[in-house]
This record gives sequence, C-alpha cells and structure tokens, in this order.
Amino acid sequence: MSKNLNILTNGILKENPVLVLLLGMCPTLGTTSSAINGFGMGIATAFVLICSNLVISLLKNIIPDKVRIPAFIVIIASFVTIVEMIMQAYMPPLYESLGLFIPLIVVNCIVLGRAEAFASKNTPLLSILDGVGMGAGFTLALTVLGSIREFLGTGKIFDISIYPENYGLLTFVLAPGAFIVLGFLIVIVNKLKTTKN
Amino acid sequence: MTKLIISPSPHVHGEFSTKRLMRDVIIALLPALFVSFYFFGFGAVKVVCISIISCVIFEYLIQKFLLKTTPSINDLSAVVTGLILSFNLPSNLPVWLVVTGSLIAIGVGKMVFGGLGSNPFNPALVGRVFLLIARPVEMTTWPLPLTLATPDAVTGATPLAIIKEGLKNGLTIDQIKESADYSFNYLDTLFGQIGGSLGEVSALALLLGFAYMLVRKVITWHIPVAIFLSVAVFSGTLHLLNPDKFIDPVFHLLTGGMILGAVYMATDYVTSPMTHKGMTVYGIGIGLLTITIRTFGSYPEGMSFAILFMNAIVPLINKYMKPKLFGERK
Amino acid sequence: MEKLKSSFKNMLLSLASISIVVASLLALVYEMTKEPIAQAEKQKQENAIKEVVPDFNNNPAEEKFKVEIEGDSLTVFPAKQDGKLVGIAVETNTAKGFSGEIKIMVGFDIDGMVKNYAVLKHAETPGLGAKMQEWFSNSSKPNQNVVNRKWNNNVKVKKDGGEIDAITAATITSRAFVDALNRAYEAYVKVIEHDSEKQKYTE
Repeated sequence: MSKNLNILTNGILKENPVLVLLLGMCPTLGTTSSAINGFGMGIATAFVLICSNLVISLLKNIIPDKVRIPAFIVIIASFVTIVEMIMQAYMPPLYESLGLFIPLIVVNCIVLGRAEAFASKNTPLLSILDGVGMGAGFTLALTVLGSIREFLGTGKIFDISIYPENYGLLTFVLAPGAFIVLGFLIVIVNKLKTTKN
Repeated sequence: MTKLIISPSPHVHGEFSTKRLMRDVIIALLPALFVSFYFFGFGAVKVVCISIISCVIFEYLIQKFLLKTTPSINDLSAVVTGLILSFNLPSNLPVWLVVTGSLIAIGVGKMVFGGLGSNPFNPALVGRVFLLIARPVEMTTWPLPLTLATPDAVTGATPLAIIKEGLKNGLTIDQIKESADYSFNYLDTLFGQIGGSLGEVSALALLLGFAYMLVRKVITWHIPVAIFLSVAVFSGTLHLLNPDKFIDPVFHLLTGGMILGAVYMATDYVTSPMTHKGMTVYGIGIGLLTITIRTFGSYPEGMSFAILFMNAIVPLINKYMKPKLFGERK
Repeated sequence: MEKLKSSFKNMLLSLASISIVVASLLALVYEMTKEPIAQAEKQKQENAIKEVVPDFNNNPAEEKFKVEIEGDSLTVFPAKQDGKLVGIAVETNTAKGFSGEIKIMVGFDIDGMVKNYAVLKHAETPGLGAKMQEWFSNSSKPNQNVVNRKWNNNVKVKKDGGEIDAITAATITSRAFVDALNRAYEAYVKVIEHDSEKQKYTE
C-alpha cells in the first residue's frame, strides 16, 4: 500500500514534471498567464495523462514493441481531440484562452514519457495512480505559476483582486515573465529538496 | 606556476582595478548627468539618486543574505548600473518603479548569474527593458525639458516617436518635419533640448564622456564606431532609396538612446566580445538591429533590444573569433 | 498473457485495430459535441450583438447583410423589436492599427448613438493600445467615453482637433479605433438615413 501511495505522491514534489523533470515546457510557459488558465491546462493534461496511462497499460501486451510509439501517439492524440471537442462545446471561454495549446498536449513530453516509462511496464491500477500523481503535480505547478504571474501582473489571483490593477507589472503576464517566474520557482524547489536531504 | 593563463587584451594589471574603471565610467557620465539636471530639474536628481541607492542596497542585501558572500559594493559596479539605469528612465517615473527596475537589474540581470563578471546581459538594460514591457505608459510618457515645458504641455513625444507616429498616420518625412510636433533641429538634439530618457538627450555631453574614456583607455573605439558606421550606412541606404519613408542617418545617430547605448552600454566588459574583430561584428549587429527595429518594428526605439540581443550572441562570437595565439599561423 | 512478438502480421493487426477503435470513439464524441459546439459559436456571436444594440426580439445573425462603404463592405446585423428596426450592430475593422487589423463590433441605435462596442480582434501592444475595450467605455471619463455618444462624420481624437481623449501613449491605436467607428458610422448612415437604401435594407 505504501508503494501505491509513493507512486501517487511521487509526481507532486519529488518528481514534479514541471519543476523537477522540466518536461512539457511549451504549455507551461505558454498558458500560465493567469491562475485559471494554468489550472485549466493542468486539468486537461491530467485527464489525458490518466486516460492514456490506463489504456496503454491495458493494451501493453497486444502492442508489439516495434510499433509501440505510433500506437501510444494515436491513443494520446485521440484523447486530446476528445478533450478539445468537449471543451469547445461546454467550456467555450476556457477553450478560447487555451486555444492553440490544447492540440499541443499531444506533443507534451510528460504524457508520452509516462506512457513509455511507466504505463507500458505496470498494471492498470498503478498506471492510474501514476497518472493522477503526475497530473496533480503538473496542475499544481501550472496553477502556482499562473497565480504568481497573475498576481504580479494584474494584482489578482483567480480573478479576485488583491491589490489595485494600476500597480501590476505587465511583463509577468507576457512571455518574459513566464521564464523569470519559472526560473525562480525551480530555484525554490531545488532549495527545498536539498535542505530536506 | 604550472598553468599559463592566456587572456585577451586589455590585460588587467595593478592599476586597472574594477574600481578604477568604474570610477572613470562615472566621471565620463558626469557631463550628461549635469545636462539632465539642467533640463529635467529635480525629477532627474530624484530618479538618479533613488536608482543608485537602491541598486547598491539590493546588491548588498542579495550578496550578504542570499548568496552569503562578502558584499562587493565597494567596486562601484552597482553604482554604475544604477546610474546607467537611471539614464534610461524618464525623469518623471514614479519612485516605486525606479526601485522595481533596480531590483530587476541587480537581482535578475546580475546576481542570478553569480554577480559581476558572470552576467550575460547588461544589468541596467535588463532593468530598463523589464520596465518598458511592464509599464509602457509610464516608460513612454516623456517629460519635456524644463526650457520647453509650458503649463499645458509638460510631456511630449521623443523625436523617434514623432517620426514613427507621423509615418503611421500616412505622412511623408517632409510633412512630419513641417508639423507642429516636430519643433526641434539637430542643434537641439546635440545639446539635449528634446524629450526623452533623462540621460540620453544630449549627444554632445555623451560624446565628451566617450572622449574621456578613450583617453583613459577605459574602452576602445571599436564597438561604438562599428555601431555608428553600420547605423549610418544602413539608414543612409534606406534614406536614399526612399526619402519620404526613411529619415536621414544624422537623425538616427543623434536621437534616442543611440550614443548612450553605443558608448556606455554596448561596451560593458562583461557582456561584449573579447577581440577587436569580435567587437566589430558585435557593433555592426547592434547597428543593423537598431535600425531594423526603429524603422520596421512596433517600438520607436530599438537600441536596448538590439544590445540585449547581441549580448546573447557574444559567447558565439567569442567562440569563432578567438584571440590569435602568439606565433600562430593561419 | 504473453507480450506479442513484433512480427509484421502482429504489428499490422495491432495498429489497425487500435486505429479503428480510436476512430470510432472519436466519431462518437464528434457526433455528440457537434450540436453544442455549433450552439456555442452561435451564442458567442449573439452575445456580441446583444451587448452592443438595444433590446431586440428578432435574430440579427440570420438577417445580416453587407453594406458597401468606400471600396469595402461591412457586415451589418439589424436588431428589430416586433419587426421594427431599433438599431444595428456593425462588424467594422480598420487597417490603421499599431500592429495589424483591429476588428470591432459596434452598435448604433436608430438615432446614430453608439450603444456599446466590443473589440473582437486586435494585436495592439499590451498595456497601451490593448486597453481599447476599457478606455473608450469608461463612463466616468466623458472625454474618452464613446458609449452613448451621438456619432457624426467628424469625430476625431484630440490630437487631430477632435474631442476624444486618446489612450495615454497610444495615439495611433486611438486614431485607428475612431477610424473603425467612423467606418461603421458610414454604414449606419447608408442603412438608416438614406430612404431608398433604408427600404432596401430594412424591409
């Protein structure tokens, strides 16, 4: 049981996909202009991750080794397309702000990475746990990054005003701010990890 | 000694301490500083002082408490960063923005990389560009020199912005020059009677400092001259092709941050190439990029972006234009 | 179960069956979401129209038509209350923006007063020109507010001798914004004020 728990919590800090493994940088930098966008992207990716992990671990024995990558990609891409269509139908505002980045979940290294490194070697249950853990870590990192950028850039977090918008520093909402804040977040996580050991 | 360390000139020995070099840079900036005090008054004094003080304080605090090294504020490099940063700011910038800019310049521009000598980008420019993107309104609302300001008009556009706006509005260069906004001549830009960041307005004062730094051998002429020449040739070609759309090279050379950037910021030791050949390539790159941004980009001024961009390429330049070893043949 | 060998037959069968299953799943979801997606798109346009014109009870999106203005044409959505024209929404644009095209949906009531507007698309500088949506609808600043302003052929920004306060440090964008509204007004004049045209457009 503790092993299961380990797998679940692994992705949240110790092997956080964004802050430790540095995977999936494109959506991380591109979509986190606000807390809600980061959260939305995280949830969408987590959904794809859990589904693809489950399906791939179920199918691992009927997928011959030489064609495993194309098979994984087909499975991942179809889940991404499903997410995209559902979002477009039922969450149009979120779809509009994430727009371009949804199809890019397909090429997010973290999804294929977990399929290859974990799901194709483990049982469905463990794969789901891994997907949930990694997805939670990804969502957490993107939400924190989005919150900091939104806070420094516009004075709000999740659209709730903390200080007057007049004092916001727009750089943080734009691309350069993503790099600066992400850099500092990684510093903090590294510091936490080294002091813990 | 078992290892022979080879480094390119200028060789630092005894008297060429960082402190001495920095002191000379400060002295070279004094004429332009006094001109800005004269034209922009108390606002300029305030921005300069706050910028220098906060840069020094941030450097001290970060070195002492975050990096846990011996603070090196005595080498005056933080003072120079603060001074040059303030030269790049409008003299009516709110205090909290000056302090923020200093924090970014010292924190993100310099200390993140390990302090003086390790930073790939010019710290003052990192601070300025950050502020420009963060607060475009405050950073592009230029106070007019006190001699031009009237109760109705205390702020005005820079010459570059006037040209950009006129062209966008469908006017030709000649029509813009006849309009009411364009109320200065090249003599004004020489002395500094134009709108702009507080330290960039007077071409003459900045060139005076350039001469001083050349005499004291603080910098060599290669980078500034390469920049000026490439700007002159490139903008001159454009001007000859279509004088209605592209203004003459003299204008480009005398306005905006051209001289301030070419002489004081592009020549920063840490962030510029080592060899004279490399410096020439670097200077030409800055000149071309600046004119490209000024004439085709969306910002009226491109000097800071151009320098930061070429800063990023310096390691590449250094790799391919290594100093020749003694006795080496091609 | 043993893992399948990478023989040609196995690879072919496995990839083909995965693809077939996945394709049918996608087709299913597509069928399920087709309606809601179309609905959401329509809703979006309707909301944009609703925001900018007086109350109406027809379907402006279905009755849209094109109006020729100087060498160009704009799409007009007529808003009708019980069959009577109460205002129009014009999807206008301008090429004079600081960086690229600006698209605005602007609504006039029957008297030529701007009811409201919505910036649909732009690429202006963040923090400067990008403030169009808030700047020109700030009801506490009458000099920059265009909402509830009776429009005419001669509206300009202050710098050009008009009465509208331009966005601080973004005169070019402000000028483009006013240009877009002027173009929309041109269409409005054609629709409302010219009797012959009015018949053509409002029957």
